[in-house]
Amino acid sequence: MTDKPERQAIIAGVGQSAIGRRLFRTDLDLTCEAALAAIADAGLRPEDIDGIAAYPGPIGGPPGFAGPGIYEVQECLGIDLRWHLSGAEGPAQISPIIHAVLAVAAGLCRHALVYRTVSEATAAADTGRLGIGAGSHEIRGFGAFLIPFGAMSAANWLALYARRHMHEFGTTREHLGRIALAARRHAGLNPRAIYRTPMSMEDYLGARLVTEPFGLYDCDVPCDGSTAVIVSTAAAAHDLPHRAVRFEAVGTAIRARPSWDQWEDITTMAARDAAAHLWSRTELKPADVDTAQLYDGFSFLTLAWLEALGFCGRGESGPFVEGARIELGGALPLNTWGGQLSGGRLHGFGFVAEAVRQLRGQGEDRQVPGCEVAMVGVGGGPVAGCMLLTG
Amino acid sequence: MSLFPRPAPALEAHTEAFWRACRAGRLEFTRCVPCAWLIHPSRPICPRCRGRSLDVAVVSGRARLHSYTVNHQAWFPGQPVPYVIGLVELVEQDGLRLTTNIVNCPLDRLAIGMPLRVCFETVTDDVALPLFEPVEPA
Repeated sequence: MTDKPERQAIIAGVGQSAIGRRLFRTDLDLTCEAALAAIADAGLRPEDIDGIAAYPGPIGGPPGFAGPGIYEVQECLGIDLRWHLSGAEGPAQISPIIHAVLAVAAGLCRHALVYRTVSEATAAADTGRLGIGAGSHEIRGFGAFLIPFGAMSAANWLALYARRHMHEFGTTREHLGRIALAARRHAGLNPRAIYRTPMSMEDYLGARLVTEPFGLYDCDVPCDGSTAVIVSTAAAAHDLPHRAVRFEAVGTAIRARPSWDQWEDITTMAARDAAAHLWSRTELKPADVDTAQLYDGFSFLTLAWLEALGFCGRGESGPFVEGARIELGGALPLNTWGGQLSGGRLHGFGFVAEAVRQLRGQGEDRQVPGCEVAMVGVGGGPVAGCMLLTG
Repeated sequence: MSLFPRPAPALEAHTEAFWRACRAGRLEFTRCVPCAWLIHPSRPICPRCRGRSLDVAVVSGRARLHSYTVNHQAWFPGQPVPYVIGLVELVEQDGLRLTTNIVNCPLDRLAIGMPLRVCFETVTDDVALPLFEPVEPA
């Protein structure tokens, strides 16, 4: 597979806006900040950008969730486009990055700006965190079979997965806690992370319950922030101010019912299929991965990704994360920026930014020594996409 | 008595019959005539055999608890908590599941695999929700 599209594209630049709780800035303002940072990081000018993509596009949804549409950003940056796309359906939040790889490989554009922006913390400043459908009288679509029953958050939907995993495999709350504690330790080494104070297992277990088995520290922290990456043609790799990050393989498959509650085996997720797809497109193996940045919108999702990607056997993720294996200095450091649990809910793109930094050797105090191969897995339940990146 | 003020499912083309049947006290699903597959949520085609000849089957309302979560978070101001969200699997077909509430069941009795039966909570003139309770009373 030497001519696979992954070989034709690179990540040339990455940029992030300020990240925080309640910045009281608009999502468009944050996006422009991240975009300009990413363009400069790639050694480019805004005029060089000829493609743009984003997740999910201006779909509405919960306050602060969607971020600005791609045409608002095009207008702000004053750029001409040859390729443009946004959408909420696809292989998780990194879908527009994967599509940008294809667009660049196909010659539709040379330098694509791809971003994800959230302002959920500012949006919740007045109301507190509301459930999906709160305040609605009528629920349409798939939510009609969830929300009237008070299953008003992905926290509820995935708590059902986690409980079933516990039942079948003996996974414990302490196993979930290992994900949260590793993230918090790593966040302490990342000055841009939201929650940086040390946390103990007692702190974790003592936090208020949200939806069992999830407590407060099993749930990611809403934040404001924008992350942008520049996906460029591989032909541009030698012009960069930084080392190019290459796409070794992507995974986008989904092979079971695309539903939160009709998914056949809820001890697995679509991650299982995306991961198998990814490994079918590369000669590399799980043992070759130096760091994994695995989605942790809820702690359980990271366990499911570990199994999906074959870092451990099915049902074995609980024992796998015991000890220090998943912390810096261990065999497979996970979520070295603090993940969404402590770094902030940047909705998938925080993992991409960290993988790029680790592969460039820009991890500062949290650098994984000799990091050459990084896994990014994003999504939960019936939503998944993954990318294997190399330095 | 309702657990909390519930938003109602909209009456949409493929699901209206399901909710209206619940309001009439029946749990029923779209069934594929050629392969007898129960299709939930209802679709205009059988995802298993692609059959287009569909009818309706009333089921027993018996189920087993596939998974559950005790929800402690109020998702809107004033929502009473805790309450139990259950994922139940109907006895008629492997994998035929409903997300629902488990009611009339002390929290310490909740156990994956426990037998359940349907009961209905009316939310509008047209719609009732299928909830589940233990077969064996407390």
